[in-house]
Amino acid sequence: MTARTVLTIAGLTLREAARRRVLRSLAGLTVVLLSLSAWGFSRIDAEFGGLTSGESRLVAALVLNLVMFGLSLIAALGTAFLAGPTLAGETESGIALAMLARPVRRSAVLLGKWLGLVTFGSGFVAVAGLAQLLIVQITAGYWPPRPATGLALLAAQAAVLLTLGLLLSTVISPMASGVVAVGLFGATWIAGVVGALGGALGNASVAQVGTVSRMLLPTDGLWRGAMNAFQDPTLLGQFSEAFEGHPFLSSAGLTLSYLGWATLWVALILGLAAMAFQRRDL
Amino acid sequence: MTTSEAAERLLTELPVSPAVWCSGLRKRYRKQTAVDDVSFTVGRGEVVGLLGPNGAGKTSVIKMMLDLVRPDAGEVLLLGRPARDRRSRARVGYLPELFRYQPWLTATEVLNLHVRLAGVAVPAAEQHESLALVGLADRAGDRVGGFSKGMQQRLGLAVALVASPDLVVLDEPTSALDPVGRADVRDLLLSLKARGVAVLLNSHLIGEVERVCDRVVILDKGRVAAAGTLAELLGRRELRLTLDGVGPAAQARLTAAGELAHRGDSYTVALPAEPDATTVPDLVADLVSLGVRVHAVEPGRISLEERLLNILRGEASEPNPGGNPMPNPESTEEHR
Repeated sequence: MTARTVLTIAGLTLREAARRRVLRSLAGLTVVLLSLSAWGFSRIDAEFGGLTSGESRLVAALVLNLVMFGLSLIAALGTAFLAGPTLAGETESGIALAMLARPVRRSAVLLGKWLGLVTFGSGFVAVAGLAQLLIVQITAGYWPPRPATGLALLAAQAAVLLTLGLLLSTVISPMASGVVAVGLFGATWIAGVVGALGGALGNASVAQVGTVSRMLLPTDGLWRGAMNAFQDPTLLGQFSEAFEGHPFLSSAGLTLSYLGWATLWVALILGLAAMAFQRRDL
Repeated sequence: MTTSEAAERLLTELPVSPAVWCSGLRKRYRKQTAVDDVSFTVGRGEVVGLLGPNGAGKTSVIKMMLDLVRPDAGEVLLLGRPARDRRSRARVGYLPELFRYQPWLTATEVLNLHVRLAGVAVPAAEQHESLALVGLADRAGDRVGGFSKGMQQRLGLAVALVASPDLVVLDEPTSALDPVGRADVRDLLLSLKARGVAVLLNSHLIGEVERVCDRVVILDKGRVAAAGTLAELLGRRELRLTLDGVGPAAQARLTAAGELAHRGDSYTVALPAEPDATTVPDLVADLVSLGVRVHAVEPGRISLEERLLNILRGEASEPNPGGNPMPNPESTEEHR
């Protein structure tokens, strides 16, 4: 019964994402980004003919990470702005009244929403990310070493952010929850860059900023893991100075314990959201 | 006989639990007491009207019944199960006061969604019938986003009825409907009543309530101000007479028939709920024989509206001594 509710709501959320304008705007943004990157990658070879093969691989990896960052931003924005309205909007408009008066658990409805949004975000990352990788392969002849891991980590990053969006939307208004979630996402990314610079400069307390923020909101940590998966591992040996404190290159992959923390973090936040939603008067 | 068989037999032999049983419901929103010690029941197959002015706590009571709002105190049983148990709502249909349905779905899809959430099997043809019942058969494939308010409310009625409920809770079901729609809702309520479906109806339209409800619960300032069957609440009938030449003997005869009030030529006699067939003709014959000239005789019944206004304006249920026992809204104003 509860499983059916979860699946029904997940299906409904996917249908909502598909039928709302947000999908079209996402598709539009993605197409723009992909075509820009296709043009850019085709120019790398033309403009920098004198690069060694190692250098051109470094450039390709760097630009790929830059574009992937754009994609992850679109995924994060898209899902965070879907997560807000889907819960807070429905409680505000009254759509939730008729649904929650059915014999369903509120936590099952919330889990269904989450599952639908995660599926949507992952689907977007898979399709748009794969298209990007193919573009790089065709234009620059570069294929990342662990594409599936990289894309999975990007999807996980979107999942982390939308979980936060869901928690926020149980307590604040739909628009505000999207804005706050995206703001925190940006802040964590910047804190990550600051931390990396601290590491490069050998300043332990500045480096600590990145570590702490990566624990508080695992989006940046997952993003750095994804970047690492898109880079050719031989580059690190060749250009180790370039990696120090660089926002679009990552010198280390993810540890299993960090992945475990990110999973636990999502479960905790989802549990908190379920509790807040359960207690709420509609 | 096994234990489970024994338990089952015990259960079947129990009297059927009411559709709704509320006891001592309380709810405060910050400093505002919205609901204060509200208790009532709705029997199986009974149609009960929930009446009261804006802010009386009607919608809060309904939401507490459906576990949409947590009561601060009190208990609710729906169809024999505590309201905290989600299964209590398996056979409950609800039309909220704030009715909105997923604008990106079609009417058919909305019904289908609710059937799945209710966990019952309702064939597509029957789902379509619910739409036809509320006059939306030809809009079944249209997106709800393009519906007018009235059509959304009709859809809400179909949603409340689609999963073959034993109890239907309708919160202001005609607020967005035109007169034809209101008449449709009335027919719908009567057909539910005929099928033995219990209904809790919150409505501002007293006429609507009067026509379809078996019992009425009147809420005021979060409390039950009055409750009872229509006969109990509107028990008295009255007789309005326009007379002249009323002497003391005639006056005594009138008083003997029932409580009397008069203003100028017009006399009002309160009669028992079910007066004898001979009461009125006998009274008139006696008055004529006492030399009274009878201009008009008009039997009437206290309307629910008058009764409701009396209760809400703090008038006792007894008629006003020395005044008009049937105050119309204007005269009630004067008494305040």
